Amino acid sequence: MSAAARAWAAAAAVPDPEVPCVTVADLGILREVRIEDGVAVACVSPTYSGCPATAMIEMGIETALRGAGFEVRIERVLSPAWTTDWITAEGREKLRAYGIAPPEGPAGKRALFADPVVACPRCGATATRKISEFGSTACKAQYACTACGEPFDYFKCI
Amino acid sequence: MAEQALTGGSDPHPALFDAVLELADDHLILGHRLSEWCGHAPMLEEDLALPNMALDLIGTARTLYDYAARQEGKGRGEDDLAFLRVEREYRNLLICERPNGDFAQTMLRQLYFAAVMEPYWAAAVDSPDAVIRGVAGKAVKEMAYHVRHAGEWVIRLGDGTDESAARMRAAVAELHRFTGELFEESTASAALVEGGVLPARGDLRGPWDRVIGMVFAEAGLEVPEVPFPQTGGRRGLHGEALGHLLAEMQYLQRAYPGATW
Repeated sequence: MSAAARAWAAAAAVPDPEVPCVTVADLGILREVRIEDGVAVACVSPTYSGCPATAMIEMGIETALRGAGFEVRIERVLSPAWTTDWITAEGREKLRAYGIAPPEGPAGKRALFADPVVACPRCGATATRKISEFGSTACKAQYACTACGEPFDYFKCI
Repeated sequence: MAEQALTGGSDPHPALFDAVLELADDHLILGHRLSEWCGHAPMLEEDLALPNMALDLIGTARTLYDYAARQEGKGRGEDDLAFLRVEREYRNLLICERPNGDFAQTMLRQLYFAAVMEPYWAAAVDSPDAVIRGVAGKAVKEMAYHVRHAGEWVIRLGDGTDESAARMRAAVAELHRFTGELFEESTASAALVEGGVLPARGDLRGPWDRVIGMVFAEAGLEVPEVPFPQTGGRRGLHGEALGHLLAEMQYLQRAYPGATW
């Protein structure tokens, strides 16, 4: 395995600190890992401007790469901005299995006051309602399923 | 934010520091105001929503302060700019520093601000400045959420009970006089608008009027005449409220200079 591939594998396996069922690669926030003059350079895009996990994620990636024997530099990449479109199919499935409804559809421009149809991650019913636009972390909203009665987190589509 | 790979335009404009600082101050001050609701909101969902929105704003402010500090090149960092300046050095729009008041005032203030910043950042995503472009790409989506959330509350309260409607009308009467400033250009920002780096605030009037008109129509509110528009924030002329805010926000750095964790 090349050094770049080894570095990618080490960084890509780092779990998100707030949603540990998915890795930084699943979420699409690890953009690239390249080797420059023997240093592993990991490019990371934050999810939200003020996401408190950003620093922890960068530290986690740095720790993983050092553990794999690399010197490390983290680059924070703001442009292009991260979008939920970058969450992999596998990542979406992991979210659903974990009890978090993955973002619905592509992140386009929404109508000002229209809500997406969100399927319950527990029973699959689409008879759900939004409880709050904001949830336990910046990236989630709170929903409840009117079929099975379970409240759940919805990973907002942005 | 020690290791950041943010690269600015190849040819930094002399007014860039001031113009970026203005934007950063808007976001930090309004973000701090929203954070004051943490633990005091009228319901749990709002206790989550308001600090979430505060985080969006403070996150944007941090990136902008960091960028401004590097443009300045005098060894100051984001914390120095946020915590070691006095009122007259702050350049935020007056509406950002207005006290939270009741829930009606907080939500209306948020709607007024977000409804101007959403089209602002939407226009800035094409800026030739990479940092502005990067900030804009994130912030435009966050501002859309703020418009939506605050707009829903303005409608709910304006079209609610007699009491909530009266409070929302009072909020409009209190805050509308600060909205003209949203569309004013400062000397610094005008220079950057001319260079195509920042969007022209005058162009935001139309989109803002449309959103406010739509929300007010549903909320049963009227857009008032403003005989005495309030302005001055960009020149460091603030109301009494800002000093009190800074006293609390800057306490730790003033009491324990250089403290970090």
